[in-house]
Amino acid sequence: MLGRAAQGVYWMSRYLERAENTARLLNVGLRIALTRGADAAQEDEWRSVLVTTGQDTLYRAHYADYDSAQAVNFILRDKANPASVLRMIESARTNARMVRTSITSEVWESTNECWMQLSEALSRPVRPSNLGEALAAVRRQTTQVRGAIEGTMLRNEVFNFSRIGTFVERADNTARILDVKYYVLLPSLAWVGSSLDNAQWETLLRSVGGDRVYRWLNKGSMDASGIASFLILGVQFPRSLIFCLNKIMSNMNGLALEYGGETPSQALVRGSCMALRETSIEQVFEQGLHEFLLQFIANIARIDTAISADYRFVE
Amino acid sequence: MQQASLPQYDEMFRPDGTVRAAYAEFFDWYEKQDRGWLRNQDKEAEGFFRRTGITFNVYSESDAEERLIPFDMIPRIISAREWRRLTRGIEQRVRALNAFLHDLYHRQEIVRSGRLPVEMLRDNAAFLPQMIGFTPPGAIYTHIVGIDLVRTGPDEFMVLEDNARTPSGVSYMLENRETMMAMFPELFTRIPVRPVSNYPVHLARSLGACAPDCAEGTPRLAVLTPGIYNSAYFEHAFLADQMGAELVEASDLRVVDGRVAMRCTTGYHPIDVLYRRVDDDYLDPLSFKPDSVLGVPGIMDVYRAGRITISNAPGTGIADDKALYSYMPDIVQFYTGEQPLLPNVPTWRCMEAESLKYVLDNLADLVVKEVHGSGGYGMLIGPAASKKELAAFEAKLRANPHNYIAQPTLALSTVPIFTKAGLAPRHVDLRPFVLVSPEGIDVTPGGLTRVALQKGSLVVNSSQGGGTKDSWVLED
Repeated sequence: MLGRAAQGVYWMSRYLERAENTARLLNVGLRIALTRGADAAQEDEWRSVLVTTGQDTLYRAHYADYDSAQAVNFILRDKANPASVLRMIESARTNARMVRTSITSEVWESTNECWMQLSEALSRPVRPSNLGEALAAVRRQTTQVRGAIEGTMLRNEVFNFSRIGTFVERADNTARILDVKYYVLLPSLAWVGSSLDNAQWETLLRSVGGDRVYRWLNKGSMDASGIASFLILGVQFPRSLIFCLNKIMSNMNGLALEYGGETPSQALVRGSCMALRETSIEQVFEQGLHEFLLQFIANIARIDTAISADYRFVE
Repeated sequence: MQQASLPQYDEMFRPDGTVRAAYAEFFDWYEKQDRGWLRNQDKEAEGFFRRTGITFNVYSESDAEERLIPFDMIPRIISAREWRRLTRGIEQRVRALNAFLHDLYHRQEIVRSGRLPVEMLRDNAAFLPQMIGFTPPGAIYTHIVGIDLVRTGPDEFMVLEDNARTPSGVSYMLENRETMMAMFPELFTRIPVRPVSNYPVHLARSLGACAPDCAEGTPRLAVLTPGIYNSAYFEHAFLADQMGAELVEASDLRVVDGRVAMRCTTGYHPIDVLYRRVDDDYLDPLSFKPDSVLGVPGIMDVYRAGRITISNAPGTGIADDKALYSYMPDIVQFYTGEQPLLPNVPTWRCMEAESLKYVLDNLADLVVKEVHGSGGYGMLIGPAASKKELAAFEAKLRANPHNYIAQPTLALSTVPIFTKAGLAPRHVDLRPFVLVSPEGIDVTPGGLTRVALQKGSLVVNSSQGGGTKDSWVLED
């Protein structure tokens, strides 16, 4: 497989995952806007979404306030925003186009369809009354691509690069969401462990689609430590940090098996994975959640760089 | 542009309105179909092309956009007898093209014999001195050829243009057939249409047969594309996919240990045959364009050492140069010793004083083309031009006669297209695709029919609003 094709499959999957996660974040913002009237809460919410996606600085360069419609359109489709959801979908599709000969026609067509549908849905500013449907469309379309990958791709190097891209992106996104949201909700570290307003905590879980599954597992008790533990160390939850690292490792093992040799990036992933498996939530809080997450995000970036070098993504 | 005064040959209907034999079965089926349903199928075809991404890129305006080439669902049908005749003519022409190229880069007998003026080669950018004295595997220069044909009567086919360097459009031939089979499967059980779907298999085999001696096992093929923004990228990806070849860009390639190798996730792996869809100029910055960052430095040295096959061979463009086109009847005769089975369109070379005089005297009746132009740009269609346009073109001709050739305005044949109001005749041409390997010449039964969608228009180029049709060759 060409290094450039591996890079294309990897980034196609990363962009799709990022678009989906951004849509989830926006969905939570939308709920808050609907349930709570207070402008200040809305403003906090949109700012936290922009900070999480790394777009706050650019947003403030263009706009003075955090008006709902304005923030939503900036994140979804604003031409001034090179990291808008629409641009992510375009980038995913451009990468898919580049690697067309490596993916099945069903994967290509679902990616192309995803781009066609969302370009149409996002061709005009999205009004608040249509936002729910637009975000559902993003989740539906990206889910369809994942389904096509799952259902039609050979379990070979191409598939492994796609999965590694998905989980590298997801690990990064979950860590960022946890980091930003946690601190919006929790201004003082002294609050850790105390019982909090369930509705607020739900928004954090909802941002990663984990509100209901958390309740199944925890019988309705919501506490900061439990939630952090669930999102970091919950081995059953498909968006937790440990789950993502486990997946990256198993797909890297798949590559090593196919290529008949190990790479430095694989060793790096194994090290991170083992370390996290042996970490308790108490240790995380001891180190400081924010510090822990910063370190985790930096580690994911190192893994990304190592993969790109080991598998010759570029010359 | 209106050409209503010219008598036209319609391939489906005789002048008395009855249906020609090749179309009888199709027309019988067509008459029985519900028009509303057909209109609906027509719309669905577009959706199918959009979803599969069969688009070509157009850069005319500031935004690069992906457009569809309009597809017309009325097939263009060629009888077995007509096809046999065409095939013989095409094979003869392709044999001559390869022999001509070999001669040009070796002894140049045709120039010595006085049949071709040496000026045709001198200062011609398509002639590559780097190819002099080198013989590619099997002495094959053009492995993949597209011969553009026009028709003016029952048995009157003429060659309008040879595409010997990198003919495109074969993916449309294949996808048009797929679309027709998906939309109207019953037609293919009723009518014995020869299949085209094995073209990619033949292409892979044909390219593999030209592999260099150093190839081990199954030859490793790669398709070289300029990238996703090239207008024919879809076709490059499509062919690589269908052949199971790698789709590479120049940045994926470099010379390693005397071979051209591609950068894979596990290291550099050599390529045996490179089906390149880039121009000569972008092959090797060391040989052709020193200022270019495009291409694979050193690939020409590897090629000349016989350690990779490049298809089509560099320097092949000289054979489909418009300036040389008018010499093709002589060229066919010179190398095959036979009369050409497929005539050229009569052509006046404006660089010859006598021809220039004739062209200037009859400008309003002629089509004048730039020698180096392509895609239907920069040409004059006399009968459609205003007095002012004619005068302006006359000045250009006088200033630079070497740059032009002229041809009569042909009464191109028509095939009906499907419109809301029913069938309506439109002008067509035909590009059959030919594969050449040491094992022989293989003409795919069918090709790409391009159709001018505007009433009366003679310009079929997709860049100028032309469409395509599925082209059927009937079994005996």
